[in-house]
Amino acid sequence: MQVLSNTVNNYLVLASILFAIGVMGVLVRRNIIIIFMSIELMLNAINLLLVAFSVFHNDASGQVFVFFIMAVAAAEVTVGLAILVMIYRNTGSVDINSLNKLKW
Amino acid sequence: MDQLVFLILSIISIGAALAVIFSKNPVYSVLFLILTFFSIAGHYVLLNAQFLFIVHIIVYAGAIMVLFLFVIMLLNLNKTNETSKSMLPKIAGAISGGLLLIVLLGAVKGLNQAEASQAVNADMGSVKNLGKILFSEYLLPFEVSSALFLSAMIGAVMLGKKNLKDH
Repeated sequence: MQVLSNTVNNYLVLASILFAIGVMGVLVRRNIIIIFMSIELMLNAINLLLVAFSVFHNDASGQVFVFFIMAVAAAEVTVGLAILVMIYRNTGSVDINSLNKLKW
Repeated sequence: MDQLVFLILSIISIGAALAVIFSKNPVYSVLFLILTFFSIAGHYVLLNAQFLFIVHIIVYAGAIMVLFLFVIMLLNLNKTNETSKSMLPKIAGAISGGLLLIVLLGAVKGLNQAEASQAVNADMGSVKNLGKILFSEYLLPFEVSSALFLSAMIGAVMLGKKNLKDH
C-alpha cells in the first residue's frame, strides 16, 4: 500500500492486457459462447481498473460503480444466453458465420 | 510481499485468460474463465475491497459460470466443431488485438503520474462503508437496477419459450 502510484500503473498495464485479450477473443473466435466469455473478460478488466482507481483516489464511488456493472453484466448474460439458446434451436449451430442474413 | 502476490495473481489471470480464448473445448474455456475470475477476486483482496471480493465470487463464480456451464451442457456443445475455412480473418483479428494492446500500453506509458492520495482509508471497501453509500447516495440507481433485473428475467423467459402461439 505504500507504493500506491506504482501499483496503479501496474494495474493499468494488467487491465490493458486483459482487455486486449478479450478483444482478441471476440475477433478471432467464431463460437458465440467463447465470444460471450471474452466480453465478460473485458468487463472484468474494466472492473479491476475501476477498483484500482477507486483505492488510488480514496473515493468509494468507484466501487459502487463496479457493483452496478456486475449487476448489468449478470442481466446481460441472462438475456444473451437465452438468445443463444434460441439461435441454436433455429440454426442448429453456435457458429456466428451462420448468422449472415444481414450481410450483403 | 504485495508486489510478489500481485505478480503471481497477474500471471495466473493473464495465462488463464489466454487459455480461455485458445482452448478448443468450450467446457475448458469456462473452467479457465472461473480461474481468471478467482485471480481477479484475489486482486480485489489485494486492493482491500472486501465487499467487491464477496460480490464478485457470488455473482461470477456462483451465478454466471453456472449459467454458462448449464447452457453448454444443455446444448451438448462440448465438442470441437469449429470449422476454420480460412486463416485470414483469424490472423487479422489477432493482429488487431495486438495493435490495440500496443496502443493502450503506449497511452499508459505516456501518462503523467498524479500524486497518490495520502490518506489511505483501510475500511473504504468494507461492507459497512459501501452499504452506507449505496443506500444513501446511490439509492435511486440501486432501486432502478431491480427493474433491470425484472425485465431481464422476463426477457429471458420470453426468449426461451418454444413457441409463443401455442402456450
